[in-house]
Amino acid sequence: MALEVDIEKQLGDFRLRVAFTVGNERLALLGASGCGKSITLQCVAGIIKPDKGRIAVDGQIWFDSARRINLKPQARRAGYLFQNYALFPNMTVEQNIAAGMRLGPRERQGLIAEKIRAFHLQGLEKHYPVQLSGGQQQRVALARMLAAAPQIILLDEPFSALDSYLRWQLEQELVDTLDQFAGGVVFVSHDRDEAYRLCDRIAVMSGGAVDVIADKHEIFSAPRTLAGALITGCKNISRAEKRGDRDLFAVDWGLRLLAAAAIPDDIRHVGIRAHHIEAAGADLANAVRCRIRKIVETPFAMIVMLQPGEAGDIARTADAGSGLRWEIDKNIWQKMDISDSRVGQGVEVVLPAPALLLLR
Amino acid sequence: MADMDISPLLISIRVAFTATVVTFFLGVYLASLTVKMQKGKGLLDGILTLPLVLPPTVVGFFLLLLFGKNSLFGNFLSSVNIRIVFTWQGAVIAAAAVSFPLVYRTVRGALEQLDPDLVFAARTLGISEKRIFWRVVFPNILPSVIAGTVLGFTRAMGEFGATIMLAGNIPGRTQTISTAVYTAMQAGNRPLAYKWVAVVCSISLLTVVVMNYWNKAAATPRRRV
Repeated sequence: MALEVDIEKQLGDFRLRVAFTVGNERLALLGASGCGKSITLQCVAGIIKPDKGRIAVDGQIWFDSARRINLKPQARRAGYLFQNYALFPNMTVEQNIAAGMRLGPRERQGLIAEKIRAFHLQGLEKHYPVQLSGGQQQRVALARMLAAAPQIILLDEPFSALDSYLRWQLEQELVDTLDQFAGGVVFVSHDRDEAYRLCDRIAVMSGGAVDVIADKHEIFSAPRTLAGALITGCKNISRAEKRGDRDLFAVDWGLRLLAAAAIPDDIRHVGIRAHHIEAAGADLANAVRCRIRKIVETPFAMIVMLQPGEAGDIARTADAGSGLRWEIDKNIWQKMDISDSRVGQGVEVVLPAPALLLLR
Repeated sequence: MADMDISPLLISIRVAFTATVVTFFLGVYLASLTVKMQKGKGLLDGILTLPLVLPPTVVGFFLLLLFGKNSLFGNFLSSVNIRIVFTWQGAVIAAAAVSFPLVYRTVRGALEQLDPDLVFAARTLGISEKRIFWRVVFPNILPSVIAGTVLGFTRAMGEFGATIMLAGNIPGRTQTISTAVYTAMQAGNRPLAYKWVAVVCSISLLTVVVMNYWNKAAATPRRRV
């Protein structure tokens, strides 16, 4: 394993307790802000000292409370990309790149030239960070980080400082850079799409702990926890009670639903992604009579807010938690019977059994 | 000006320069120390700022207590033949004590404003703490260090209350421009007082103007305007 982490840290009321391992791969720490993902990264880099636990990289111990080992960040060789890049404003591009090099003056010049070329910074050698665009700043920060020959790379929301149109291009550049890096990479993000595109595995974090850690495909297709479902963008979630082997009751929706697989005994919630809801057809399993509470148009889809049940008075049951959000592609919407529906009207939808997310 | 005794000007400049050298190093050092402190920061900060808010005569009074022959420390100093009271060195101590908080507070403010990620980034890059201070922290707080030091210098130039308490007002030895103005007014020599006032005003104004230009030059193009 490239990186082994098992640490505890108390910060005021917040308690961090995380354990995970990273091979020579890319792991995303995915979670809402305040879940402890950045603190975890800072503990690994040695910026913050954990209260307890162990951090090891390639078998070398960086932190071990039991053995009273706590390497200085200088001795850890963790490449850290900061949210705002933290370029030294008083140094030129060249000087920034050279800042962390562990080389003699002659090899130094060669490596600077190499990094300048590799990160397309030709002509900017003598510029100061403030004279660079956001994308150029990120490239300098990456060049500086890699010039220090890190054993692992830690990325703290590297795109949060950029405009959305710049992100895509830089993300692809970053992927190319990381592909050439042999060690482990930990990537902190609150953006599920970004985490999916950039990483192999995803650790969903919630309330200072790793909620679930798995291959990214698995996390998205079958999140097993509430936090996993929420962070991967599941919009419809209800408390659930097991009623039979494949039979469950969705408390908030007031619906009895049939699952495609055996329901785990510790089921707490059930969820369904907004675009997995279907208009009622021949299949009558999990068909639900609903009333339309609201129709919202977005650039490429229509979002229909539904209130399950026959109850006539929408206003009285208009509790957002108990509603269903149904997302329909606009092209499909136009061909549907309900495209001229009005708020308050009844409609029948199906929650397909295979699409139900059974959550702990 | 030809018939004027210019010793107060020379003494003022000598005292202010020496005091500024002392406050520069002490201010930067103590500011970088208190910024890192976890406990007792408020109290230490209060003590270090006190000379700024106390009447200078009170500061001088405390210094006199400390360096006078009746104190333990004063006794020790006189036993090794060091005299502070009524000497120009005493004037330096008085000026340094009063101008110190200006340097200390400006530098501390700049350190608190400095993005902590810069230091963290430098650490993860393997740069030693000493090098981080001189190559990353110091250059980025330099404009504030300059501003604080120049303010401290002008304050030291104008010091009166603490100086007269500790160093006295001995012409040719401890009489600075400020005390010379006082003496001239006491003696009814208004023309002399006017001359010294003009001198001290020009020096102070010049210092501040030069500081502003210098700071502007130091600030571009490395920072956002």
